[in-house]
Amino acid sequence: MLKKRVAIQDFAAESRLFNQRALVALVGVVLLFCLIIYNQYQLQVVSYQDYRTRSEGNRIKVVPMAPNRGLIFDRNGILLAENRPVFSLELVPEQVKNMQATLDALAELIDISAEQRDSFIKQVQAQRRFNSIALKEQLNDTEVAILAANQHRFAGVTVEARLSRHYPFADLFTHALGYIGRINSRELQQLESDGEAANYAASRDIGKIGLERFYQSELHGTMGYQEVEVNNRGRAIRVLRSVPAVSGKNIHLALDVGLQLTAQQVLQQQRGAIVAIDPRDGAVLAFYSNPSYDPNLFVHGISSTNYNALLNSRDKPLINRVTQGTYPPASTIKPHLALLGLETNTVTADTKIWDPGFYMLPNADHRFRDHLRGGHGWVDVYKAMMKSCDTYFYELGVKLGIDRISDYMGKMGFGEKTGIDILEESSGIMPSRPWKRARYNQPWYPGDTVPLSIGQSYWTSTPLQLVVATAVLLNKGKLARPHLVSHFSDEQTKTALTPQVSQVIDVVNPKNWDVVMDTMHKTVKDVGGTAHRAFIGSSYDSAGKTGTAQLAAIAQGEEYDAEKVDERLRDNAMYIGYAPYDKPSILIAVALENAGGGSANAAPIARQMMDYYFTAGVNQHE
Amino acid sequence: MNEHFSGHTRRSRLNLFHIDGPLLLGLLALLVFGLFILYSASGQDLSMMKAQMVRLGVALAVMVAVAQITPQTLQRWSLPLFIVGLLLLVAVLLVGHVGKGAQRWLDLGFMKFQPSEVMKLAVPMSVAWIIARHSLPPRLRHLLLGFLACAIPTLLIARQPDLGTSILIATAGIFVLFMSGMSWRIIGFVAALISAFLPVLWLFLMHDYQRRRVLTFLNPESDPLGSGYHIIQSKIAIGSGGLEGKGYLQGTQSQLEFLPERHTDFIFAVISEELGLMGVLILLSLYLFIIGRCLQIASQAQDNYSKLVAASFTLTFFVYVFVNIGMVSGLLPVVGVPLPLVSYGGTSMVTLMAAFGVIMSVGTHKRILAAP
Repeated sequence: MLKKRVAIQDFAAESRLFNQRALVALVGVVLLFCLIIYNQYQLQVVSYQDYRTRSEGNRIKVVPMAPNRGLIFDRNGILLAENRPVFSLELVPEQVKNMQATLDALAELIDISAEQRDSFIKQVQAQRRFNSIALKEQLNDTEVAILAANQHRFAGVTVEARLSRHYPFADLFTHALGYIGRINSRELQQLESDGEAANYAASRDIGKIGLERFYQSELHGTMGYQEVEVNNRGRAIRVLRSVPAVSGKNIHLALDVGLQLTAQQVLQQQRGAIVAIDPRDGAVLAFYSNPSYDPNLFVHGISSTNYNALLNSRDKPLINRVTQGTYPPASTIKPHLALLGLETNTVTADTKIWDPGFYMLPNADHRFRDHLRGGHGWVDVYKAMMKSCDTYFYELGVKLGIDRISDYMGKMGFGEKTGIDILEESSGIMPSRPWKRARYNQPWYPGDTVPLSIGQSYWTSTPLQLVVATAVLLNKGKLARPHLVSHFSDEQTKTALTPQVSQVIDVVNPKNWDVVMDTMHKTVKDVGGTAHRAFIGSSYDSAGKTGTAQLAAIAQGEEYDAEKVDERLRDNAMYIGYAPYDKPSILIAVALENAGGGSANAAPIARQMMDYYFTAGVNQHE
Repeated sequence: MNEHFSGHTRRSRLNLFHIDGPLLLGLLALLVFGLFILYSASGQDLSMMKAQMVRLGVALAVMVAVAQITPQTLQRWSLPLFIVGLLLLVAVLLVGHVGKGAQRWLDLGFMKFQPSEVMKLAVPMSVAWIIARHSLPPRLRHLLLGFLACAIPTLLIARQPDLGTSILIATAGIFVLFMSGMSWRIIGFVAALISAFLPVLWLFLMHDYQRRRVLTFLNPESDPLGSGYHIIQSKIAIGSGGLEGKGYLQGTQSQLEFLPERHTDFIFAVISEELGLMGVLILLSLYLFIIGRCLQIASQAQDNYSKLVAASFTLTFFVYVFVNIGMVSGLLPVVGVPLPLVSYGGTSMVTLMAAFGVIMSVGTHKRILAAP
């Protein structure tokens, strides 16, 4: 009995003790639940916005879409640079059941090299399973047709079209248009520092040289993008929002396909350059450097064999001879020098000098020879121009002195880049006292001025500089900056490029300018003029000046014999001319390397260009 | 005294089958809620749903079966079960199957079996057996014996290594000691002892991956794509759910699989994302209801063994809930504990339901209080 009571008492105490503990436990449970709820409240209510943003950031990826590159047209709307669909054979590994068997089957249909196959397999291993990977790029039409017909046999195999730049005229416009190629790391850095990198997120290519480079930002356009919902592996689930890309602006050039073709035809194998501008506004009508090359080679990455062939060629096709070919201008600068003589009253239109066939500086016995051995006799500025008398200009040059020549010619643009809308340009050399001091650490000798007066010795000029400087003569001191582009267009608008014309030389007496024009006119019109023969029977009235640049030094008392000198040291033939005489709309410079005399070689080429120009009616809308 | 007999008179038809009505209701509600969210968390995978339902059926059957066993029988079988469990643990260490870098499974030929699951039941039962043989509060030597019964399996499981399970099993045993009225002084002493043991655990007993988990927990942003990824994505899922959630099947973190292990350990984040704080409160209410009912059953139990086992199972169940939610929401390090009765998964669900079967047995097998 007693035992039992103790047990019962024990039981009550035990029960109380247990219930106490159970209460403590329950309180603990409730408190910890409260902690969970508090934490949930912090996450889901207090920091809701923050986590919401991060969640959106997780699921939404922005996929950039490259804009279509602007097209390039000639002055008549003929396409010079287009975007063509290029087809490539692509596979999505995830959707291909048996990769090995599929590759084998495809290789039976079209030609797939071991190299292509290896690089494909490497990419399959490196990329995500749902990405489309190219097996073969640049399929030809037959391959596309074969694959299209067999498409049903292959799951996960597609023929994808992508736009790729193409230059339909191949080598005809290369030095003007340039080309595009893959963006390299240096260009990427540049884009980054310009703050442009984001706009290029989807772009693969960039203008490398020529207009494609100069107008890169206009041609490129503005990137578009899609907001895509993705899963944790980056696979796109659906498109949430799409902002279309804005295509680049189209570029319309002043260049004319017909003139370019003429230039290419007349030059054939002849190394040299032809450039023609409208002297009124500097619009470039023809721009051809020979030899040229096919820019399409560069678009998909040029092979090293092809590139080395171009780079190491003796004919240097990569050089843009119009803007980078620095030639002694020779007698083509005589009109410019004559104008300086007249404007400074150093000579007048009537001033005559005696040409014995050579010129000697006072107190010196070195004979600077005229190209005519016996001399021209009494020579005024007209005859000096027509016959291209050297002695007259030797004397004029020495009288003017290097400083006045250098200053005046500099103003006309010699020795300075013209600022044409491509970046591949040389400034040539307009020598001066400081230039010689800097270059050779020597003073300027009077003997240096003599050959300079006939556009030889240190003076070099690009063909483009020559037309620009001659346009200054035609425009009575106004310099028009040359430009290849005439206007831009997109779907709605058309924007013309504003010509940049500025008065660089003050006119002292307009009659002097007319005299110089007249001398150039006579050079073509009058029998005996150096360019007369080349232009006999032309339907238009033109003016011009020939030039023959001597490259090999000829010893005193020795004759120049073209047969005896190395072909590469033969004279350069030069010509500068314009038409119609009274209202010039075309101004041409021709520079032919090692072709011989300008009169016999360069002037006829200018004639053919002008013939085409007037028969075809290029630029004659007025 | 009367209160102990009043249950008798109100015995319903369910009680004939030894099923506790309110507890069954709570469990079924939770299981239905779990299936509902699993459909979303599995990415609407019907085969997964089917597997889970089969598992639930098995688990419910196990629960009902266990409920038929009287607490007295359970008490008698406590020690043998414990010994069998120990032998299995030793076997696992000797011939166990290696999975995920740990030796936890015993391959029985027709199925793989995790002996630590047996210990989840056997440890609290045998500790309760030790304590309930004497009057409460227990004497020191019985406490020490109880600690020993906890410590041996805990160390064996920690060796596998499965630190999470070993700690949970130790906790289940210690809960028995706590509920038995172990004096607060000893509790304080043990707490101090454990704190002193922590550095030893960190330096000598924890594996690199376990240490990394703790470090990641302390600063998940330090390795956002590596070990911190889970917790960061999970917190984004929870936080972006807001008050009302993104909507059922609409959770971007869950459906687009930014949330790892969304249908298993991190299913709570799916609930938070799609159903918001509201859904979380519903879930917590269900858990609280079940825990409350179980504690009630424990406190109304007629003998100490039943009380202690029922209370220990209940508190262990709560620990699962708290540890899982805590780790998913960034309160605790990631330890790989599923959300009980909701996460997709096998063995642990059966074990849990067996435990609820024990609790039901305790709640429904009434006997006249008499001396043995």
